[in-house]
Amino acid sequence: MRGAVGAVIRKDLRLEARAFESVPAMLMFSISTFVLFHFGLDRGELEGDLAAGVLWVTLLLAAVLGMNRLFVAEQEQGGFDGFLLAPVDRTAMFVAKATVLFAFLVAVELVAVPAFALLLLGPGAGQALPELVAVLLLADAGIAVVGTLVGALGVQTRARELLVPLLALPLLVPVVIGASEASAPLFAAAGADPLPGRWLAVLALYDAVFALLAYAVFDFLLED
Amino acid sequence: MAPATGDSPAAVALEGVGRAYGERVALRDVTFALPEGATVAVFGANGAGKTTLLRILATLLRPHAGTATVLGALLPREAWKARGRLGLLGHEPLLYRDLSARENLRYHARLHRVEPARADALLERVGLAARADDPVRTLSRGMAQRAAICRAVLHEPALLLLDEPLANLDPGGAAAVAPLIGSGTRVLISHDVEQGLAEADWVLGLRAGRQALWAPRPQVTVADVRGLYA
Repeated sequence: MRGAVGAVIRKDLRLEARAFESVPAMLMFSISTFVLFHFGLDRGELEGDLAAGVLWVTLLLAAVLGMNRLFVAEQEQGGFDGFLLAPVDRTAMFVAKATVLFAFLVAVELVAVPAFALLLLGPGAGQALPELVAVLLLADAGIAVVGTLVGALGVQTRARELLVPLLALPLLVPVVIGASEASAPLFAAAGADPLPGRWLAVLALYDAVFALLAYAVFDFLLED
Repeated sequence: MAPATGDSPAAVALEGVGRAYGERVALRDVTFALPEGATVAVFGANGAGKTTLLRILATLLRPHAGTATVLGALLPREAWKARGRLGLLGHEPLLYRDLSARENLRYHARLHRVEPARADALLERVGLAARADDPVRTLSRGMAQRAAICRAVLHEPALLLLDEPLANLDPGGAAAVAPLIGSGTRVLISHDVEQGLAEADWVLGLRAGRQALWAPRPQVTVADVRGLYA
C-alpha cells in the first residue's frame, strides 16, 4: 500500500503546485479573516479564550475550502476510475488524501499563525509557539481525517460545496473545543500558562477514533 | 446458460446481467461468453447500454441482476481479482489535465507496479515523445487519446475494454496505436460498422438496454448491425 499512497501524494502535490487551487485560497481566507477580526473587534490585542476561538474557527473554515477541492480532480478528470482499476488497496486513497490535506493545513499555518500573532496578539506571543505547534498538529490530524471522509462523500453529490461544510463543521466541533481549550492558556494576558495535557489527550483520542472509523468506511464511499 | 462460444475458456461470461440507474433500466438480461483471445464488437445506438456494459466489465459498476464473471472473477465480490488485469479506454481519457502525459503514465505505472521506463517507451511508440512533458490540457484531442491508450495498455492487461478507441485519431495516430490495442481479448465498442466488424470474432448488439444480437462474426452482415440503429 505504501507505493500507492506515495504515488497519490506525489501526484496531488504536483497538481497543487501547478494549479494553486487549494493552499492559496485557504491562506487568503485565513489572513482576510484575521484582518476582519482585527478591525471588526476594534481591539489591539486578543487574549485567552477569545484569541483561541478566533484562531481555531478561522483555521477550521479555511480547512473546509481545502476539503471541498480535495477530490475534485479525481471526480472531474477520472482519477477515481483510474485508481479503482489499479490493483491497490482503496484505503491507500484515504491515507494519501488525508496526508495531503494535513500538509496543506500545515503549509497554511506556517504563514497564517504568524499573521494571527502579528494582527491579533500582543508582544511576547512567540513564547508559546512550541506548545502551540503540538496543538496545531493534533488538531490538523483530526481535521484531515474527517475532512477526507467528508470530502469523499461530498464530491459524489451535486451539492458538494453545501454538503461538505454541513457535514464537516458539526463533526469537527470537538476539535474546535479541544484545540481552543488547549491553546487558550497559551494566549493568556499574563504570559503563557502551561499547556493543558487533558485537552491534548482529547484531541489525540478524537484523531484515533475518527481515523479508525474512516479506515472502516472509506472503501464503501468509493463503491458504485 | 451463456451461449457456447467454442473450446477456449471464457474470459468474460455474463448471464442475465442487468443494471439500472434509479428507475431507469440501462441494461437488461445480457448473456454471452467471450473466449480468451477473441474480440467482441459491441454495437448499438446512443443510450443502448454499451457504456454501462463496459463499466460493469471494468468492475466500476455493480450488476444489479444476473451474474458476471471477468477473467475468472465473479463480480462484484471478486472484483479485486480482476483489477490490474483490465485495460479500460472509455469516453474520458482518465488523465489529469494539469499533469503531462509522462507524469500521468508514471503515476499509473506506480499504481500498477510497472517500471516507469515502460511509460516512456509507450509514449515513444505512439509518437508523443516530443509532447510528453506538456500538460495534457495543451494536447489536441487526438494526442490525448494516444496518451489514454498508453495508459490503458501500460500494465499489459489480459482484457481490453475499448470504447471508440480510434476516436479523434488521424490515420497516422491510428496506425501508431494499432499494435497496442489490435490483439488479445477485447470488448470493442464502435459506431463504425465496417471497422468494428473487421476486427470482431463475435458481435453483440444492444437495443434499448436489451441484447438484440449475439453471433459469431461470419453469421452477421452489415445490414444486421445497421438494423440496430434503425
